Amino acid sequence: MELGRDLVAASATPLVLAILAEGDSYGYGIIKRVTELSRGHLQWTDGMLYPVLHRLERHGLVAAKWSGSESGRRRKYYRITKEGRAQLALQRQQWQVVDRTLRHIWMKARTV
Amino acid sequence: MTISADRSPLEEQIAQWRLYLSRRRAIHGPDVEELEGHLRDQMAVLTEAGLAGEEAFLIAVKRIGSLDALSREFAREHSERLWKQLVIASEAAGEPGTGTRREMLVVLGFAVTAALAIKVPAFFGLQLGGGDEPFYARNASLFVLPLLAAYFAWKRGLAVAICAWLVLPFSAAAIFANVFPFGTDSDTGVLTALHLPIALWLVIGIAYVGGRWFAGGGRMNFVRFSGELFIYYVLIALGGGVVAGFTMMMFRAIDIDAKWLVTGWLIPCGAMGAVIVGSWLVEAKQSVIENMAPVLTRIFTPLFTVVLLAFLATMAWTGSPIDVKREVLIAFDLLLVFVVGLVLYAASARDPQRPPDFFDGLQLLLVISALVVDALALAAIAARISEFGFTPNRVAALGENFILLINLTWSAWLYARFLLGSGSFAALEEWQIAYLPVYSIWAAFVVVVFPPVFGYR
Repeated sequence: MELGRDLVAASATPLVLAILAEGDSYGYGIIKRVTELSRGHLQWTDGMLYPVLHRLERHGLVAAKWSGSESGRRRKYYRITKEGRAQLALQRQQWQVVDRTLRHIWMKARTV
Repeated sequence: MTISADRSPLEEQIAQWRLYLSRRRAIHGPDVEELEGHLRDQMAVLTEAGLAGEEAFLIAVKRIGSLDALSREFAREHSERLWKQLVIASEAAGEPGTGTRREMLVVLGFAVTAALAIKVPAFFGLQLGGGDEPFYARNASLFVLPLLAAYFAWKRGLAVAICAWLVLPFSAAAIFANVFPFGTDSDTGVLTALHLPIALWLVIGIAYVGGRWFAGGGRMNFVRFSGELFIYYVLIALGGGVVAGFTMMMFRAIDIDAKWLVTGWLIPCGAMGAVIVGSWLVEAKQSVIENMAPVLTRIFTPLFTVVLLAFLATMAWTGSPIDVKREVLIAFDLLLVFVVGLVLYAASARDPQRPPDFFDGLQLLLVISALVVDALALAAIAARISEFGFTPNRVAALGENFILLINLTWSAWLYARFLLGSGSFAALEEWQIAYLPVYSIWAAFVVVVFPPVFGYR
């Protein structure tokens, strides 16, 4: 199933923040985790992740650091900041509101 | 980013992809590195799953997305990158190139030396603001231009033999600026002060082109450099004026007169250092920003043409002759300098292969109207030259007028031929750059010959 552009864009921030809340990661690691979590249903164009990460970095929600990796090339690792966690909590509440509302209306539709 | 032959075809494909990526303005060096890391991670996983290297590459590239879409997203996030920044840092932030850093230190050294050089005569009792201004005026270019030449000699890796030759004109200039017994308020002394920089600018040009004056497009690049340096210098001077104003104002607020600091140090030292810093900026940013001088040319050519034509029309209509005062010759000299500058910088930005267009017609109109205006002025002056007598100022101004007149007349001829399709634009360009040394040689002539001929008055 292909998700609409807007939905992908809207869900990107909480998803990235939530993954980084599990532990520090890098671009490809995040993409891999998204595929895993959504069982392949959520397909991003990989490159698009980076502008999102850079935006989060600019807003101070994540911090980035270059460091070496096992392959010998250096890699840019991202870490969630305190502000990022606060933002994640906020977004989580917002998404839960959306989720509850939709669930509510769809349950009703099924019972009718 | 060179693609070496000993790489595997796959590595070459990756290098190619990286090259395309790094050409996007919105995507910077570290981003390219990050994306390449992603590509390689993805490829590693795909090859592990059994794909051949090439297939893995294709799929990984596809997953990252099209370069257009990617660079659009990056541009949305980093819109500031679309404005080319004049930050001299290297492409890869975090690891500034050692070359640029070393150059920065060298430039700083030259600039500080130039700034201090102007204070050296003060140790020998020659004070700025203490009646020794004529000395400083005559020697102003000698405090900084040798250092500028040295900077280019260093930058271009000039051979020692050429460097030795470059020392010669500077030594000669130092002699001619100081051995003549100029009196106070000496006209020839003022002429020396005005002409010495023009004469020495040719030496800077030789250092700039790395000693090969006639090779390739070196001379035209030097013209471009001069125009840009002028613009930078004016901008730096404006900023310096603001700093000076604030300094005075703030110290006055606490009842301390900072005039000695501003006029004795800030302005003279800043004026010298700015020449070096400005030159370095022009050098560093020539690939970063569009050149300004040709843009200004485009704006002012039509305006100036209109002004000249209006002037001619008014003169014809009212029949009022040019009022020959003392300064009128200098005013018309400046007019011709301005027009030559417009022609020169229009030529510097023009593709010689392009066919003539409207702007070229406008240029010709500008040149012809300037010639007519100058001819009228000269006629008016010639009628009364015997009455005025030959003072050094007047002879210098006449000589300059003559030199510029020759340049513009021949330029008009070449322009006309080009517009009529019987000549090439390259001929005009060639004429303009071939003429460059004439200005400096005449200036040197004024410096060397005028003072003794006119008795140092």
